[in-house]
Amino acid sequence: MPTVSMNVNGRPRSADVDSRTLLVQFLRENLRLTGTHVGCDTSQCGACVVQIDGEAVKACTVLALSCDGSNVLTIEGLANGNELHPMQEAFREHHGLQCGFCTPGMIMTAVDLVRRKGNNLDEMTIREELEGNLCRCTGYHNIVKAIAAGARNMGSAPQSKAAE
Amino acid sequence: MSATGIGASIPRQEDHRFITGKGRYVDDINRPGQAYAFFLRSPHAHANINSIDIKAAESAPGVVAVYTGDDIAADKVGGLICGWLIHSKDGSPMNAGPHPVLAQGKVRYVGDHVAVVIAETLAQARDASEKIEVDYEVLPAVVDLASAQSGAQIHDVAPNNVVYDWHLGDKAAVDKAFASAKHVTKLELVNNRLVPNPMEPRAAVGEYEEGTDSLVLYTTSQNPHVARLVLSAFIGLAPEHKFRVIAPDVGGGFGSKIFIYAEETICVWAARKIRRPVKWNCDRTEAFLCDAHGRDHVTHAELATDADGKITALRASTKANLGAYLSTFASSVPTYLYAPLLSGQYNIPAIYAEVKALYTNTAPVDAYRGAGRPEATFVIERIVEIASRELGMDPAEFRRKNFVTTFPHQTPVIMCYDAGDYDASLKKAQEIHDTAGFAKRKAQSESQGKLRGLGYSAYIEACGIAPSAAVGSLGAGVGLWESAEVRVNPIGTVEILTGSHSHGQGHETTFAQLVSGRLGIPIDNVSIVHGDTDKVQMGMGTYGSRSGAVGMSAIFKALEKVEAKAKKVAAHVLEASEGDIEFKEGKFTVKGTDKSADWGTIALQAYVAHKFNGQELEPGLKESAFWDPTNFTFPAGVHICELEVDPATGSTTIERWTAVDDFGNLINPMIVEGQVHGGIAQGVGQALLEAAIYNDEGQLITASFMDYCMPRAHDLPSYAVGMTTTPCPSNPLGIKGCGEAGAIASPPAVINALTNAVGHENLQMPATPERVWKAAQGARLRQAAE
Repeated sequence: MPTVSMNVNGRPRSADVDSRTLLVQFLRENLRLTGTHVGCDTSQCGACVVQIDGEAVKACTVLALSCDGSNVLTIEGLANGNELHPMQEAFREHHGLQCGFCTPGMIMTAVDLVRRKGNNLDEMTIREELEGNLCRCTGYHNIVKAIAAGARNMGSAPQSKAAE
Repeated sequence: MSATGIGASIPRQEDHRFITGKGRYVDDINRPGQAYAFFLRSPHAHANINSIDIKAAESAPGVVAVYTGDDIAADKVGGLICGWLIHSKDGSPMNAGPHPVLAQGKVRYVGDHVAVVIAETLAQARDASEKIEVDYEVLPAVVDLASAQSGAQIHDVAPNNVVYDWHLGDKAAVDKAFASAKHVTKLELVNNRLVPNPMEPRAAVGEYEEGTDSLVLYTTSQNPHVARLVLSAFIGLAPEHKFRVIAPDVGGGFGSKIFIYAEETICVWAARKIRRPVKWNCDRTEAFLCDAHGRDHVTHAELATDADGKITALRASTKANLGAYLSTFASSVPTYLYAPLLSGQYNIPAIYAEVKALYTNTAPVDAYRGAGRPEATFVIERIVEIASRELGMDPAEFRRKNFVTTFPHQTPVIMCYDAGDYDASLKKAQEIHDTAGFAKRKAQSESQGKLRGLGYSAYIEACGIAPSAAVGSLGAGVGLWESAEVRVNPIGTVEILTGSHSHGQGHETTFAQLVSGRLGIPIDNVSIVHGDTDKVQMGMGTYGSRSGAVGMSAIFKALEKVEAKAKKVAAHVLEASEGDIEFKEGKFTVKGTDKSADWGTIALQAYVAHKFNGQELEPGLKESAFWDPTNFTFPAGVHICELEVDPATGSTTIERWTAVDDFGNLINPMIVEGQVHGGIAQGVGQALLEAAIYNDEGQLITASFMDYCMPRAHDLPSYAVGMTTTPCPSNPLGIKGCGEAGAIASPPAVINALTNAVGHENLQMPATPERVWKAAQGARLRQAAE
């Protein structure tokens, strides 16, 4: 089996994997980073979104081997120690989650959205940009509010470096 | 109100682990030495199995075991059960066909369980399953309600595929009322079939502990104790005291995780056979094929009105598709969860409903968010709307004229509404929505070539399920109380053990708010324990919006006992008589003196037992309670949907949504509003987007998120949510329940708005752009002519 090496949440990680192993399987099964979830098998739901080299990617659409040498950030690496990332804090503050299953993917997508579109996000932009993330609990109302607030706070609060 | 007590919109206690990726869902659990299960499923909707050859699969790389229905039969593993016995009009019991966990000579829907392969890895199990050879004799498939009674017979016990032919109400009284009606409104409607799709697919890890000869099942369940009861007492895997069921964090349920399914059963059965843990994780396509679906009714309804526009009678004739097998509570959904709600918020003197439940070669159909009540609400709120239009009355005024206004109100269909103020909700909804400004907004839309419509839905539902004796008399196989235990630790922190189960509802917060407020202790000193049959003695679980009204009432009752005991301890500590002890805001005081002791001191004294005689007063501070409801609860409200249709494309945009609900007293308004938002989204999904569609061969052609249209953020509006409050008189907290209201209220609001926009009633759910475009053509021509 080939060996794959990558930097995950700031730590070098390496394992021998079956070549068909997806990144999400590598994270969940090899590294036991179970915060990244699998909610479908057609790359539709977005529960598995992580960042690869700073960009949001559905971890069910990439082979682990293709991430060799990359920097991967998962939900577990988003907070700065005990200090929550502003987007995490905003989801909590605005009740942007219920069962929590879609939440890691939502937060990772939202952080990437701010990187691409800035700190002032209107409702329509947020709703359009969430087309790759499904939530069955919240009706999105509070997720939209949380992302708008989190985006604003990311502009004013000191950041975890890893999340940039 | 204390800062963290009842009524406070505090952020959720459980959120930290979910936003940091530290939730613990079943698929996150891995046990040493576990093997992986993969199910070979039927590719045919209806077929006899002539033979199954598993030899090649058994010798494939990594395979530990391959099992078929023969192994299930040899081990005498019982079949899955339906726990609610319905009797037909003629008194005969329903025709329940056997429901084996692996097929016994016949498959009855695409996805039916044929064999299980257990291997070292999931990939090996999946690969090996392709080596199993099954010789099928394909039979004609029965797919839809229209042809079910004339199609091939699916179960030997059910001629014409009829499960039951049931009725409720006084037919003679209804016929008499119709004979003298001034006006009769008629309605044909389809309540479309839905797939629940919680974001977390089902999963299971079964484990056998050889030293104690006992079983452990980690499962995605809304009711782990019910799962243990069924797996133990009916399926016969192990007695309850040798069987632990754990439902840890569960990623949404919406009803679909109430039921006891084949896969979970087989994981724990196989774990004992191979002496290793067995893990199974459902993929999304399997979830589409095999999770119990929801709704799927076809109904003809008629409403009689008199010369004053008063409703005099309602009759409804419904066919309900229950799929290929009776799922755990399937039989109750189109009967006692449906017809007793047909009175809506209205004073209707006579109601008669008849329901024919049918087998088809499709996935089993059971409770999905609302379960029967959305179907009833769709019937009554569509037909009331149409009646008002036919009579030339304002839809809101027609409703108002017929509202129940005095309580208690006994309907002709079982339910006795205990409290409500329906006019208050309607008035408030109209104000928030600015219905007065609708005409102006409609004119604006029309000036841009768009059609605009406004639709009401004045829903009622029955929650707080349910008084045990009452449901027992209607055929339920279980009692529907809830249990709680309050354990006070010596330093005064509190653990609450509850039989309710949280899978998104926020019980770790709301239940703790009750305790924090009642005992006057910080909310961080309270922990909520649920979802483990080894920790919580018994429980009935979470569904039917029952955890507040029933689950919290049990906690309330146990807290009363704890307080009473703590007062006895305080009396000894403060050297006063028990009757003089008062407890308020975490402090025990002696009436008329300055003597006091705080909560923590009394908790410690209860355990050290130095100040009282342990023979007269037992040491310790721990109490439990079971709460059996005295009535259902009746949440009700008014939702208003306002939307715009582009007649050129058929696309529908919801412009405004107002929801005013009466849930009785609220524990955490922020969480309640979140429940409303999510419910509306599912109802809008049903009205505009979602449909489980089988082709004529019984293949589910909407079996992925690419084909089944789940509501996405850009499909939905933001919602204006308001509340009115009439406390529920049937439980000590005055709670009615809020979990299902949005999904119950919203479909008729959408369709009433759409039919208002296009100017006729011929529009079925889901109102896809194609259907709306067709419906809008008449309106478009009218508009062009003006």
